Amino acid sequence: MTNLTPTTEPSIGDAPDQLAAVADALGEKPRSALRAMLPTLTPWLVTGLSLIGAIALFGIIGPFFVQDPTVIRNIGLSAPSADHILGTTQTGQDVFAQLAYATRGSLEIGLLVGVLATILSAFFGILGAYIGGFTDEAFSLFSNVFLVIPGLPLVIVISGFVPPQQRGLWTIAVVLAITGWAASSRVLRAQTMSIRNRDYVSAARVSGERSFRVIAVEILPNLLPVLASQFVFAVIAAILAEAGLAFLGLGASNSSTLGTMLFYAQNGFALPLGAWWWFIPPGLIIALFGTGLSLVNFSIDEIINPRLKNARLYRKRRKVAMRQRSTPRSKITPRSNTKSRSAS
Amino acid sequence: MTSIEVTNLSKHFVLREGLKRNTLKAVDRVSFDLTPGRTVALVGESGSGKSTIARMLSRLEKPTSGRIKVTLDDGTQVGGSIYRRHVQMVFQDPFASLNPFHSIEHHIARPLVLHHRTKGRAQTHERVLQMLERVNLSPAADMAMRRPHELSGGQRQRVAIARALAPGAQVLIADEPVSMLDVSIRLEVLNLMARLQREDNLAVLYITHDLATARHFSDEILVMFRGRIVERGPADDVILDPQHPYTKLLALAAPDPEQAGKIIATETAFDHKSMDNQSTFNHYTRQWTNAAGEVLETV
Amino acid sequence: MTLTANPAAAGATPTPPPVVLTVENLTVVYEVDHPVTAVKNVSLELARGEILGLAGESGCGKTTLAYAINRLHKPPARIVSGEVTFHDKADGDLNLLTLGQEQLRLFRWDKLSMVFQGAMNALNPVITVRAQLEDVLTTHRPDMKKAERRELAASVLQLVGVDRSRLTSYAHELSGGMRQRVMIAMALLLEPQVMIMDEPTTALDVVVQREILREIVRLRDELNFAVIFITHDLPLLLEISDRIAIMLAGEIVELDTATNIYRNPQHPYTKKLLGSFPSLTGERGSFIRSGVNNSSDLS
Repeated sequence: MTNLTPTTEPSIGDAPDQLAAVADALGEKPRSALRAMLPTLTPWLVTGLSLIGAIALFGIIGPFFVQDPTVIRNIGLSAPSADHILGTTQTGQDVFAQLAYATRGSLEIGLLVGVLATILSAFFGILGAYIGGFTDEAFSLFSNVFLVIPGLPLVIVISGFVPPQQRGLWTIAVVLAITGWAASSRVLRAQTMSIRNRDYVSAARVSGERSFRVIAVEILPNLLPVLASQFVFAVIAAILAEAGLAFLGLGASNSSTLGTMLFYAQNGFALPLGAWWWFIPPGLIIALFGTGLSLVNFSIDEIINPRLKNARLYRKRRKVAMRQRSTPRSKITPRSNTKSRSAS
Repeated sequence: MTSIEVTNLSKHFVLREGLKRNTLKAVDRVSFDLTPGRTVALVGESGSGKSTIARMLSRLEKPTSGRIKVTLDDGTQVGGSIYRRHVQMVFQDPFASLNPFHSIEHHIARPLVLHHRTKGRAQTHERVLQMLERVNLSPAADMAMRRPHELSGGQRQRVAIARALAPGAQVLIADEPVSMLDVSIRLEVLNLMARLQREDNLAVLYITHDLATARHFSDEILVMFRGRIVERGPADDVILDPQHPYTKLLALAAPDPEQAGKIIATETAFDHKSMDNQSTFNHYTRQWTNAAGEVLETV
Repeated sequence: MTLTANPAAAGATPTPPPVVLTVENLTVVYEVDHPVTAVKNVSLELARGEILGLAGESGCGKTTLAYAINRLHKPPARIVSGEVTFHDKADGDLNLLTLGQEQLRLFRWDKLSMVFQGAMNALNPVITVRAQLEDVLTTHRPDMKKAERRELAASVLQLVGVDRSRLTSYAHELSGGMRQRVMIAMALLLEPQVMIMDEPTTALDVVVQREILREIVRLRDELNFAVIFITHDLPLLLEISDRIAIMLAGEIVELDTATNIYRNPQHPYTKKLLGSFPSLTGERGSFIRSGVNNSSDLS
């Protein structure tokens, strides 16, 4: 059956010969695989990266430059002033200093859970889908069970079960990871199953590659965008879940995170007392960090689905074309490609 | 030089519809030989089982029954991990058979390394360039650095051929190698395969649905219908003197430039019932045989 | 409402204009990273009741042209310049590119219908064939009574060679060939003056393909609609078309009667295309079979 095309409408994605010829004509040098996978720098991406960068920087080096957050003073709840940029808590502790340490704590947990959850989902999703058969069924059932169990209640139960002394950062991280990996693993499983049936994987097997290398070298690189996207989701979810836990008083006992700040703010009656400087900054940082991560995820989406990129470029060009009064052919590449056609 | 002897190869799939179980005989007792320097064409429509045969020969699927015997010139059998060094496959879809993440060099170097054809990176790189030149991809150094989406369909298929020959394969299974290529490029790629076959004395199985290229490109034609071979013989004989109703139907139905201006509207309808004839006609022995191999009639 | 035969035989009505569709200097650009001109300054005239073949390989712009003619193209495709005029048999001329949305909706399918590539997958899987056919009628002929609709749907289905009893089937219950016939029936329902068919038989077996082609030509003879038949399969076009347009890189490089294209091709690309299809029963074309290169003489 010649030229099987499942789509019913023509799109630029269906004419790779044309694109190859155009690239040829423009004399483009081949880019390395990783380089070509990076998203284009759109305003969205720049905003997202800036937000993440700024907050991460604040969390990493902020603590070196602020006062000691644990020092208790007599001044009690005080509004922002020259001495304390974000005021003080009801025990006189500097809010700004606390914010820096809390940001670091939240970032640590976010990163930790992100990595753990991604590893778990990759293991159960990718490996199961590649092996197929009984293993796939078993892994799939396992992840479905975890998916169905309501996350937050489970986290609360496990957290509550562990005595406060042992409820350290790592424990909370593990708990969040165990309850959060399942959704991602389903996505990875579906992607892997799709890739596994592609001809280039069969070709690798026919060439004689061993299963491990087929997964690592053929399948995994094509999963990178999806993995990256899932990782970002995991980090967002972790930070929010941890904030929720901490707010309920079930957070990590020995470390300070944005969630614990909110917890203390709640207990110190910050809202009724109008002490906005205590609860708005941590909430804002959580929101901004989540926004930044989401914006980055949109850009990753463009890599996973190149049609989104084409749609964006079309809108951009149409605006440019409307503004231009002159001939719209100014950007068009001459298509005298009969030579490159016969040369293939 | 390597030969393949396929005897009574079958592949059955069990389909479950609720509580009912049906056996789908995708391939039913197929036998043929591939010998060095000869091209055998396996012709059939979709659902005839030809791709399943390709997958079984390249060990992507396990046969339900039957035997695939690969022997060297001196009679020694080839099996296990050495099998892949001798039997390789070219896939149908040039856009799907190359990994978009890796460079062309990677695609050709891996088989070279896996089958110990070269020692060390320098030698491997040299050999990759040689192979690219061999399949007319020049300049080789430039091509090796590119990634699949920077190549046209015809170029990718040449890479696929080079990759298949990299392990030093002596038997090439070409599963519809040009069906998804542009029409004007197909001949070039088929000519390339013919040249490589001559130079390396390869045994080639050319799987296609296109009778015309099957005739021009191969020495022997096997016509497949619903998992069985219904006619076999020298290429010219099968096309010019078809015996089985299905082969006659295929020959009639193919658009033929020589028939330009024929009044298509007044043709008589096809007789589909006659295609149920499951016996096989062999042009070499001029015999009709049934599914079990018993001779029914000699012509 | 019965299906009318040749409208020119009606007598009292004025003779419809001999040309039914005029395309003048149409240019379509894909606005992507590096903008690509998919259709470059294309002009053609479609005579009433004629089968015009549009031949070309992937990326030549034939599908883009078909979509642009009835404004089905989607971003990133954009019509940059040109005119498309439809010469109705009774209502005068229509400028297709400037029609308003509502007028366009009324125009589509009623005067010009289309059978898409992969049309077999364009049937709604959750409703019956009859429901889909009647849907067309309720949309475009709201005054028809239910009984009339039912009868028309049944008779059109019969016309394309599908038994009336299949009206109550769902899409997945029909074979590929039957689904394609249903798509053609849907396109015929409102007796359009032009039918655009984009690779309607590409994914079908060659035997089924021939049957469908036979139907199309027969229906054209009976109902006198014009057909733009888009495909890369030149031998097929040579058999059924009145005229053939060869497209390359967005331009029509040759436009002539089918006989002339085959016997006396002018453009080098046409010659190359013709030379890519080996004749099934005739001489070997430009194939290398035993090392002899005949490609210098391609006609």
